[in-house]
Amino acid sequence: MMLTIEGLDLLYGDAQALDDVSLDVPEGAVTAIIGANGAGKTSLIRTVSGILRPARGSIRFEGREIAGLPSHTVCDLGIGQVAEGRQVFPTMTVRENLEMGAVIPRARERAKANLERMLVLFPRLGERLRQAAGTLSGGEQQMLAIGRCLMGEPRVILFDEPSLGLAPAVVQELFRIIKRLRDEGMTIVLVEQNVAASLHLAATAHVLEQGRIVLSGTGPELLDNPKVQEAYLGL
Amino acid sequence: MTTLFDQLTARGRVALGLFALALLAVPFFADGYLISVITLVLWFAYVGQAWNVMMGFAGQLSLGHSLYVGLGAYASAALFVHFGVGPWAGVWLGMLAATLAGAIIGTLGFRFAIRGVHFALLTIAFAEFTRIAFDHIGWLGGSGGFFLPVGDAAGANPFDLRGSPALFYYVILALTFGALALCRRLLHSRIGYFWLAIREDQEAAQAVGIDVFRAKLIAVMISAAMTSLGGVFYAFFYNNLFPEQIFSVGRSIELILAPVIGGIGTLFGPIFGAFILTPLAELVTWGVESAGLDMPGIKQIFYGLALVAIVVYRPEGVWPWVARHLRLVHQPGDQPSHRAGDRP
Repeated sequence: MMLTIEGLDLLYGDAQALDDVSLDVPEGAVTAIIGANGAGKTSLIRTVSGILRPARGSIRFEGREIAGLPSHTVCDLGIGQVAEGRQVFPTMTVRENLEMGAVIPRARERAKANLERMLVLFPRLGERLRQAAGTLSGGEQQMLAIGRCLMGEPRVILFDEPSLGLAPAVVQELFRIIKRLRDEGMTIVLVEQNVAASLHLAATAHVLEQGRIVLSGTGPELLDNPKVQEAYLGL
Repeated sequence: MTTLFDQLTARGRVALGLFALALLAVPFFADGYLISVITLVLWFAYVGQAWNVMMGFAGQLSLGHSLYVGLGAYASAALFVHFGVGPWAGVWLGMLAATLAGAIIGTLGFRFAIRGVHFALLTIAFAEFTRIAFDHIGWLGGSGGFFLPVGDAAGANPFDLRGSPALFYYVILALTFGALALCRRLLHSRIGYFWLAIREDQEAAQAVGIDVFRAKLIAVMISAAMTSLGGVFYAFFYNNLFPEQIFSVGRSIELILAPVIGGIGTLFGPIFGAFILTPLAELVTWGVESAGLDMPGIKQIFYGLALVAIVVYRPEGVWPWVARHLRLVHQPGDQPSHRAGDRP
């Protein structure tokens, strides 16, 4: 297992955002997390990435305990994230944004080569290297956020609602990119509202409700599950 | 980024050069009053730049920078008066004290995720209780004030920072340009990019693996150390220190006016702001006095009005606007523009 989460509890004051969450993230596959707004999906991502501290529980990354480590350390171990809301640095240029992705020691030395790689992967970014990131379209900003994450040479990428607010055509392109990353062997945790698309990509999937995992299975199993169909697929 | 990095055009470079030359020449033609006014302007330009490192570069609002002025002033003055140690040695103790104080405030604030207004309140609180503490330190004169022996105003002893107004003038001029060079360097360094990232989006900065706590703490410590140097200058220039004055919230506010009016986060903003604000305030005071009016506090009222005007009409500061209009910096249009057609 790439990531093993066990008995994770997260508290916001008195409110319990995560309640005894346990799940495995297998290497080289997509693990989908689905659930309604406020179910705790973003909290889970932010706890794994070290931005939030869990009250209890363990997160092991390639056998090493990382729960409670600061986010920059977690990032440098190889856990990248593409956060909700396309958090690019708006006044920095596209190039500077990409370079910021390689500030962690693990990727610093190969920043130049990785930048070239990103321009092949996202040719549109190459055309806009000197442009301020804030002037990019929503889709381009999302590609930039993914490119910036890849600049850090992550072993796992945590995606938090990457399709949120994007036009349908761009969403399709986004899922193509995620599929391509998976096919190249990247380990991916995908939190999505676009349930059908993410279950199609996922090897395993988990349904989060009020901070608890209520259902787990393979992607196809959850696609066929009547509860999932009713609650998340609108069938 | 353009205004932030102040990428000067050829014209901008010439303007800066002429400005520096004019400042170097001031003591040769100006009278004592003018020299003292420009010394004050430069002092505000200097500490404004120091504050700007923390607020403008790293995005952390401090309303208690008088703390660092006071620590630098008292540390160097105490060494001088009690032990005969000159200011250029004393300055290290001042910087150490201020840096430590900054580190404590920063650690408290950033570790416990105290942000924005609450962090600013924390900085005020520290300045305030330090003021109260200094009121009761008899060894440093307490509330009655601490006095340095007045030097020979005609001579020049740069080692003890005793001498003529011209000497003080050149010292603060050197500090101002030194701070400018340092700030420029900081902005173009790795930490400068980290600060920019944190200012633009702290969570994104965390997501790319920046040690946000460390980067912010470094900004506070550098800012505090720079500010304390301004305090050392203050002590030896005015020769008297009162906790009431030096640690006051009023002073903290006064010393952020130049960067706010000039342009927070810009390199030249604090200098430019000081050169607009202090002379105008002097002019207003002079005008009111020569009109035979007795209006104590007119300067503060003027500062208040200036601040309101800036917040309403030029929230990004006067310098970016002036620099754009006089074409002193490269225009954003130099870069390929966004093609609007391919938005989804």
